[in-house]
Amino acid sequence: MSVGEIAILGAGMHPWGKFVGKSFVDLGVHAARSALKDADVDWDEIQFVSGANTVRNGYPGWVSASTFANALGFQGAQLASSYAACASGVTALSIARAQILSGICDVALVVGADQVPKGMFAPVPGDRPQDVDWLRFRLLGLSNPAYFGLFARRRMALYGDTEEDFAAVKVKNSLHGSKNPNARFTKTFTNEDIEASPIVADPLRLLEICTTSDGGAALVVSSLKYAKQKGITDPVKISGISTVGPTYPNAIIDMPYLASDSWAVSGDPSHTFKNQIAQHAFAEAGVSARDLDFAEVYDLSSAYEMDWYEHIGLCEAGKARELLHSGDTSIGGRIPVNPSGGLGAFGEAIPAQAIAQVCELTWQLRGEAGDRQVVNPEVGMSINYGMFGHGSSVVARR
Amino acid sequence: MGKKKVPAVEGMFTMDPDAPALIGGRSKTSGSYYFPKDLGGNDPEAPANEDREEVALTRQGKVWSYTSADYPPALPYLITDEPFKPFVIAAVELEKESMVVCGQMMPGIQIRDMQVGMEVQVALDVLYEDDEYQYMVWKWEPFRRGRE
Repeated sequence: MSVGEIAILGAGMHPWGKFVGKSFVDLGVHAARSALKDADVDWDEIQFVSGANTVRNGYPGWVSASTFANALGFQGAQLASSYAACASGVTALSIARAQILSGICDVALVVGADQVPKGMFAPVPGDRPQDVDWLRFRLLGLSNPAYFGLFARRRMALYGDTEEDFAAVKVKNSLHGSKNPNARFTKTFTNEDIEASPIVADPLRLLEICTTSDGGAALVVSSLKYAKQKGITDPVKISGISTVGPTYPNAIIDMPYLASDSWAVSGDPSHTFKNQIAQHAFAEAGVSARDLDFAEVYDLSSAYEMDWYEHIGLCEAGKARELLHSGDTSIGGRIPVNPSGGLGAFGEAIPAQAIAQVCELTWQLRGEAGDRQVVNPEVGMSINYGMFGHGSSVVARR
Repeated sequence: MGKKKVPAVEGMFTMDPDAPALIGGRSKTSGSYYFPKDLGGNDPEAPANEDREEVALTRQGKVWSYTSADYPPALPYLITDEPFKPFVIAAVELEKESMVVCGQMMPGIQIRDMQVGMEVQVALDVLYEDDEYQYMVWKWEPFRRGRE
């Protein structure tokens, strides 16, 4: 597979937190302006705006590209608005890349932002017994953290992981996040802090489960030719994007389903969609897990980060705890994971999160990550996925 | 007289008080199983518009993993029995159907009672109620011989 590369000219964020009195539009516009400034590209030059939608902010959230373009000042750019749950940001980015690589546009703005009510996510209101997302709440009380708890207990049974292993992920990421000015939580937590926090979904505690946050993130991306014309000879490049869906049967149960697919006829009982996502991005970029210098992964819970080590191929199944305790996944280690602090330090702002991951790839690859800088990285990967089955991963290189 | 018992959602489980079962679907062409019957994602080997055969899923299975809900779930989960009582959740592997199905454990089961691999079976319990009806749902209970 050979896919052309595009340049990341600018990255920008609005810090994550809870911002009463601001709207998601304010956060997205702040991030967009910051990315444009970073890119040294004028808003008027943007030919395409790719928005990642929010479903919790009414109609403006469903037409996010138009909403952001309007707030920045309509200037006639082409627009696309996408929703793919937590994968929305990379879906929006992949559309921008397709426009650029096909020659339809030269330079694009990708932006996502969210503002959410406090507390656990809930399905959209209404009675919908044909919707598994509604059914899992109504019949089983199965909130998102319940799935994280199931995955964590499964690790303990299969691999002998312990609650202390999971807490060590949180300790590591809180240390990383303490050095990130865009993070919401900058406290460095200890094992004792984690043990003192209440159980939410056994064996996971409050401090080990990602919160819901407000935030915004944006990227200015362009053709390599456009970057050159701008005098940027060596931009960070996106060399692979994965937006794959699962192959049947997905034997590992996942949000928001009540049951896994059946592997009675064909398939492998250990097959999970999450093992497929990185592979497509690797194939496009012509690299493998061994080539990665760092990764930003979707640590919806502490234990979940360990799943990603194995899904990406940083280690074999069951070896995540060894990798973690070796220090390899800490900043300064062989393959730092979540140098930004990850979701543990940010909380999740759904349409912005996958874009924020690529912002971190950009800053790390430029050597602009300050106190959390990974040593001399050349290739980085971001990965997450959207509920129901949207893959999301990016390989970027210097 | 007790209140009338009705399923919280139609068509997902039988109301047999002695041996309740989940109602799944089975592809007549590929043989793949689904739960819920018409909401499980389609096996690409089966026609997309196929009428799935209705089947009672095996009542017993082994715990694949488990967790707890120590905080009240959001709506549309209804809590009519205040204050909220935390519950245990099990994901259960059904051998014949080769699939994992979630459910709450019956009340009284604590997290310390749980183990991956333990045998459980389908039971019915009240999910919520109003003045007239008790709305029932399937839950899992530890397998007891003689109740299969």
